[in-house]
Amino acid sequence: MSASFRWPLRAILLGLFAFAIFGPLANLLIWSVAEAWFWPNKLPSQWGFRFWEVVFRPSGRAMESLWLSVWIALLTTACALALSIPAGYALARGKLPWRPLVLLLFLLPQAFPSLPVYINIARIFFTFDLNGTVPGVVLVHTVHGLVYSVWIATAAFAAIEPELEQAARNMGATAPRTFFEVTLPLAAPGLVASAIFVFLESLDEFTGSFFVGAPEVRTLPLLLYNASAGGNIQIASISALILLVPSVAFMLLVERFLKGEVMAKLGR
Amino acid sequence: MGPNRNISILLTVPALLVVALLFIYPLGFSLVGAFQDKAGVWTLGNFGRAWELYRLDTAFTVVIVLVSCVLIALMSIAIGGYLTLGESPLAKSILGFLYRWPLFIPFIVAAQCMRTFIARNGMMNMTLVYFGILDLDQVQGFLDWRGIVFTFVWKQTPFVALMVAGAMAGLDRATIEAARNLGASRLRILVEIVVPQVSRTLAVGLVLSFVTMMSVLSVPLMLSGQSPSMLTVNMAWRINSVGDYGTANALGFVSYLMTGFAAWFYLRHGMREKAGQ
Repeated sequence: MSASFRWPLRAILLGLFAFAIFGPLANLLIWSVAEAWFWPNKLPSQWGFRFWEVVFRPSGRAMESLWLSVWIALLTTACALALSIPAGYALARGKLPWRPLVLLLFLLPQAFPSLPVYINIARIFFTFDLNGTVPGVVLVHTVHGLVYSVWIATAAFAAIEPELEQAARNMGATAPRTFFEVTLPLAAPGLVASAIFVFLESLDEFTGSFFVGAPEVRTLPLLLYNASAGGNIQIASISALILLVPSVAFMLLVERFLKGEVMAKLGR
Repeated sequence: MGPNRNISILLTVPALLVVALLFIYPLGFSLVGAFQDKAGVWTLGNFGRAWELYRLDTAFTVVIVLVSCVLIALMSIAIGGYLTLGESPLAKSILGFLYRWPLFIPFIVAAQCMRTFIARNGMMNMTLVYFGILDLDQVQGFLDWRGIVFTFVWKQTPFVALMVAGAMAGLDRATIEAARNLGASRLRILVEIVVPQVSRTLAVGLVLSFVTMMSVLSVPLMLSGQSPSMLTVNMAWRINSVGDYGTANALGFVSYLMTGFAAWFYLRHGMREKAGQ
């Protein structure tokens, strides 16, 4: 292909790609400020922030749902990290019997369609009065998030050169000191990446919240789903935009943490 | 180097315990429930009903997920390949900026976006009409299986592409340069040198995407509630509207077999590779 044709071709392909990526987001954005939009108009006939006022009205539940969702996601992240840092270290560095089986076990919560499991969790939680409580929802989200946090933590620890730890040990550092002063800081970017995955999975999660949390614990995805199912496109679009903010913020942040070396070690 | 056997087990136990109590135990409930009727008598009747009512939807689920996986693989290889072998730094940086956006967008938000974007009166059709590619009375909505596939590919491609591009960036450039100096085209370098070396990473990404797509309820529910639909929608329907836990658990068992097959496929691939080393 001659060089003169390359730029027009690149521009067309990149333009189509950009449209496929940003088109759906743009449509969501337009719907959030559309007060009247009828077929076959290409754009709304009436624009305004009337529905934003409905969502952010003090009696509205959107803000309450947003803070509840963020709080649940933070608790879930803390629980998942506390469990996955030791497990990931043992899977990457230790002499664990049946290691592939253990890794597969952590994949299971993601491998099985969660819906029937959530119903049975709700039945078990009923005995312990955990239904409709924040701890109940956090526990369900933690199990769901462990697949990301354990697998990524394992990859993050596996990506560290063992010689660095060996050097610290040779200079007289104890095993715990080596772990906290050499291994953990080196694995930190990968662990932060796993924390971000868990946080966003929790924020996104709605099936488990529905069966275990509803109606007392009403997270933002639940609110969005109800609005969408009720045909209230504007309210659903605004709720979706609110959920989008942390996602996009994390995407811009995460480039620092999601290193290629760690991603390449996933599943090994 | 690293913790010994006993300490390794001790470090893994808390996480395993949580998975056992909050996943495997309720999973056992649902597996047993698949083989019992309402009175607790052992039966295969749930599977009979599932076959009778949902065999089409089961096939439909397999097709949707496999087509999505193939498209995700092709898109990821194309994106990763251009980022690795592309000649224009500007085009590479634009592509690198573009492709990650859907990575962390929640499924439920993606579903809500697509519900409007690819609908009959959505922005995609309206843009095609604006450029004169489509006529107004030709437009059709895509809120069916095609919409589900589009949403899955849109949402999962960045995840797999990020992994694949990361693995490609870590490859030894010498082989690529050697092939290029011998006059191999970039497509041939991609297919014959780059992709075989990242196939393991690609497989992990696809397995993770496969199980994710089998677990998501919001996308099929919001994009195509009507028949034929995916198994997740059927299970929600059996429970919410009919209160029929037996058939729902039988359908859950079927989808567990599918994802188990995907995991087995990956593990077999991994073992063969290890045996070859």
